[in-house]
Amino acid sequence: MDLIKNLLKGDKLSIARVISQVEDDTGYDILDRIYPYTGNAYHIGITGPPGAGKSTLVNAIAKKLLRESYKIGIIAVDPTSPFSGGALLGDRIRMGDLSLQKNVFIRSMATRGSLGGLSKKTKDVALVLDAAGMDYILIETVGVGQVELDIAQVCDTKIVVLVPESGDSIQAMKAGLLEIADIVVVNKGDREGSDSLLIELKFAFDLKPKTGWRVPILKTIATDDSGIDELVKEIGNHKEYLEKSDEIKKLQKMRILNQIHEYIETEIKRHLRETVIDDKELDRYIEKIMERKVSPYKIARKIMENMLKGG
Amino acid sequence: MRKIRVLIGKPGLDGHDRGAKVVAAALRDAGMEVIYTGLHQTCEAIVEAAIQEDVDVIGLSILSGAHMTIFPRVLKLLKERKANIPVIGGGIIPQDDVKKLEKMGVKKIFGPGTPTNEIVEWIKNNVGGKNSPGQSTKSKKSRKQK
Ligand SMILES: Nc1nc2c(ncn2[C@@H]2O[C@H](COP(=O)(O)OP(=O)(O)O)[C@@H](O)[C@H]2O)c(=O)[nH]1
Ligand SMILES: [Mg+2]
Repeated sequence: MDLIKNLLKGDKLSIARVISQVEDDTGYDILDRIYPYTGNAYHIGITGPPGAGKSTLVNAIAKKLLRESYKIGIIAVDPTSPFSGGALLGDRIRMGDLSLQKNVFIRSMATRGSLGGLSKKTKDVALVLDAAGMDYILIETVGVGQVELDIAQVCDTKIVVLVPESGDSIQAMKAGLLEIADIVVVNKGDREGSDSLLIELKFAFDLKPKTGWRVPILKTIATDDSGIDELVKEIGNHKEYLEKSDEIKKLQKMRILNQIHEYIETEIKRHLRETVIDDKELDRYIEKIMERKVSPYKIARKIMENMLKGG
Repeated sequence: MRKIRVLIGKPGLDGHDRGAKVVAAALRDAGMEVIYTGLHQTCEAIVEAAIQEDVDVIGLSILSGAHMTIFPRVLKLLKERKANIPVIGGGIIPQDDVKKLEKMGVKKIFGPGTPTNEIVEWIKNNVGGKNSPGQSTKSKKSRKQK
């Protein structure tokens, strides 16, 4: 198919089109076919509270990597409004300088109803960018909810961005953000309070038991590119650490397992909804359950058995 | 169902984007995914963003009076990139120019003070996945039928 051929060559129209298909659930055939061409991109996650400067940082990191002649894919994820199902995706505002670069592809995504900070499809969109020849894929996401799990599912190096005004670091700790951090960035280093936040964070991390990787805590001013060289160097260090320690293999195995599980779960649910459960029959069951004649679990098992029999 | 994706752009030099933001918010509230690219965008950057985001329609807000240069330029760039994305616009644009622009291929111009729900309805009726950039127009149609 031309679309795939062009995608593999890095044609932007084709990349964009395939991403839409993947997002809309009609792209599994394509994913099957491009999968052999994936596995070369390194994934960097950038997460933190709204307004912390994530998009500005992504822009700065990407510019730095571009100067080193890498190809960069960027996925910027913003929440879908639970009321309307719509979304306002504004991360490109901070990436103005980048969008015309030949070696950059930027895509905004809405979470579309998944709970964590990422859309369910983010990893598949990353696969498309991987196949299109990106060396680095930067994934920006708002740090809320189950972002820990989500981002670990996709990203090799996870960067947590905090700012002085985003409140005390203890709060962030509680949210579990810092649990997932491979690198912590205190952005808006030009603002008052950034040094004390830095010290506080360093202290907190010193107390944590030391395992393999020591989490660096860096100060940046994303708007001035200040601290970006250091940050990119630490990304490189972490990459090297993962590769040398074989951690990267473990991550990859975990991801593949999750991909298989997730796909099966989704398909079973769909199958259940669309074909296995007859609404009328289900209504009768529910009546019985409400009369306490039978438990919901017994009915659930019965439905499952029917399904496994090929019902 | 497929979501309608819209790019709202603010090309040129004029300095405020209140109108563009109001429209962007209204489209979001109508269930669309709205990519907002911010102030002072070049036509090239807007077209490139629209392609990468695979949007169904581009909406440009122009208050600077430069509409007779900006719209044709955007249409030309889209053509060069073989991206078949409809363009609509809003702003203070004289009726004569509106006619000229629509002749050139701008799909619709909304005057100042147009109620946002009118824009929402227009997009829902005219673009929702029917027009699409690039080669495989088919795929979007089939997605819509699903
Ligand atoms: N003073 C200062 N402002 C910054 C810095 N980094 C980002 N900003 C500003 O903070 C605001 C939010 O930035 P953005 O990148 O959109 O944050 P995001 O929501 O985390 O993606 C913007 O107005 C940026 O210009 C910084 O290092 N210092
Ligand atoms: Mg952002």
